[in-house]
Amino acid sequence: MTSEPDSIIVVRDLCIGWGDRILMEHLSFDVARAERFVILGGSGSGKSTLLQNLIGLVEPRSGTILIDGSPPPAPETAPPRFGVMFQSGALFGSMTLLENVSLPLNRWTDLPADAIEEIALARLRLVALEGFENHSPSEISGGMKKRAGIARALALEPSLLFLDEPSAGLDPISSVELDELLLTLNEELGVTLVMVTHELESIDKVATRCIVLDGETRGIIADGPPRELRSQTEPIFVKHFFNREPRSA
Amino acid sequence: MPASFNLTRLPKLSGAGGICLQLSGQLALPDATEFWQKLKEEIEPGRGHEIDLSAVERLDGVCAAMLVSVEAEARCSGQYLHFHGASPGVERLLALYGIDGNPCKAPPTHLRILEQVGEATCSLVANTRNTLSFIGELSLSAIRAIRTPKSVHWADLGKLLERAGADSVPIVIAINLLVGFILGLQSAMQMEQFGVGIYVADLVGMSVVRELGPLMTAIIVTGRSGAAYAAQIGTMVVSEEVSALRSMGFDPVRFLVIPRTIALALMVPLLVVIGNFVGLLGGLLVGVLYLDVSISAYILRTQSVIGLSDWCSGLLKAAVFGIAIALIACERGFSTRGGAEGVGTSTTSAVVTMLFTLVCLDAFFTIIFSALGI
Repeated sequence: MTSEPDSIIVVRDLCIGWGDRILMEHLSFDVARAERFVILGGSGSGKSTLLQNLIGLVEPRSGTILIDGSPPPAPETAPPRFGVMFQSGALFGSMTLLENVSLPLNRWTDLPADAIEEIALARLRLVALEGFENHSPSEISGGMKKRAGIARALALEPSLLFLDEPSAGLDPISSVELDELLLTLNEELGVTLVMVTHELESIDKVATRCIVLDGETRGIIADGPPRELRSQTEPIFVKHFFNREPRSA
Repeated sequence: MPASFNLTRLPKLSGAGGICLQLSGQLALPDATEFWQKLKEEIEPGRGHEIDLSAVERLDGVCAAMLVSVEAEARCSGQYLHFHGASPGVERLLALYGIDGNPCKAPPTHLRILEQVGEATCSLVANTRNTLSFIGELSLSAIRAIRTPKSVHWADLGKLLERAGADSVPIVIAINLLVGFILGLQSAMQMEQFGVGIYVADLVGMSVVRELGPLMTAIIVTGRSGAAYAAQIGTMVVSEEVSALRSMGFDPVRFLVIPRTIALALMVPLLVVIGNFVGLLGGLLVGVLYLDVSISAYILRTQSVIGLSDWCSGLLKAAVFGIAIALIACERGFSTRGGAEGVGTSTTSAVVTMLFTLVCLDAFFTIIFSALGI
């Protein structure tokens, strides 16, 4: 298997799907360390399934996924080497934000309770949720839930962060604030970002590289920086996607 | 494994007589526990500190958060804790985690007992007001439903009747049979001593038909249908299905509550009839198997004791219990806030309130019936 020396994710000949249905096959790509990588594609093309395979929630049908040189560990067996922010934040409603962020630290470290609290508070400050630590998820807005989801994903100091539709459902101001936060995490902390998103403005602002999945060919039809992809006229789906054009155009 | 960092106290003192510390090596999550302990050991309350970070090769977010925390603690207690010599990367990370800008923690606030009692009382009053207002709203909705029957989701009624009624029959039979049997056995053991074993039929008959049959059946319906209604409507509230109903011009109370209330008002009395018969059967089993009373003698004795008014009073209670269960379950469902946690809270609250209300209503009916001589 050949890969770039500084790849944090290596995917080779991957086949993914649900039941009898194959969504993608022979997928191969690398994600470089500190890259801001975006997975694009039409609805139902398999973006979220690919993300679930990458984070180890779903077993690939075949092929290899290496994260930091080894396959993602089965959940619950070892501390995760990456953080995941789910589309809705996936915070636990029965816990405060502080307890949500403390959860992975309690599970995977032997730090004393006061240290865990300080770290969780610092994570919440990092995502501009200072003062909301004792609020429950039902008491905060959608954008705040996403930021809290990022704070929890960052709890164990991962060098890789997966994000599923981070800007979906947010107003433009919250969306741009979230983009700024992601850039800070990447530039200041060196966190590699792997995102699934449809938001063109976020892609332009955050992404350094995109791959475009195609449900018909069950593979990657474009790979490169968003500016390059935007100027492409082929494949036609990529042109329509980046220029917000209907399929009939 | 030795720690990959060092925290050493330097012999010199800082300008104001404070302590000088030097940090070196790699400060990261694997050594964070040890780092936190050493940091707490070396920092003396009431004294200023200067920490040299020039030999720090790596600092991660976890350890940065710890440094920021001790700095804030010192600053808030009127002392100084300065960092110096940090590389640009370390300095940037400390700034990102809010060094110097980390606010002081407010002391924890605990509600005093009196305040807690006050809050609980206010909450009880608010709950009662909500329930009464809900009953008012339902009454209006019922009148409107008669005028516009299309606004009620009648298609649900069949399923609701089946779930609340037919599906409950096995458990109603099992529980009431056992209750009748236990009641009969306990009373038989006492009455046998006085040679009046046949009076077991009186005791079981009156207790089951007037009190235990309706009450036990209503408790079963509370656990099955009442809890389910509260959870269903609560989930509909948090998943915005109730808002969707409103947006489509439906009155959620008419749409959801009226079919459920009708279902329980009809089904609880029917279940009580079944429950009463099997409860009496439980007593009969004790009479026949334990007291050697003949079947016909036991049945004749039971028939002579239980009159039509006893059956009617039990069935009237049952209908009221059914309506009360539906109203409380739906009201708590509609008052659900938050997510999954909120649904759990409102379901628990519904079940507790329903049980309490059933016992209160039962006591109320017993007093009224005895006053009226029924």
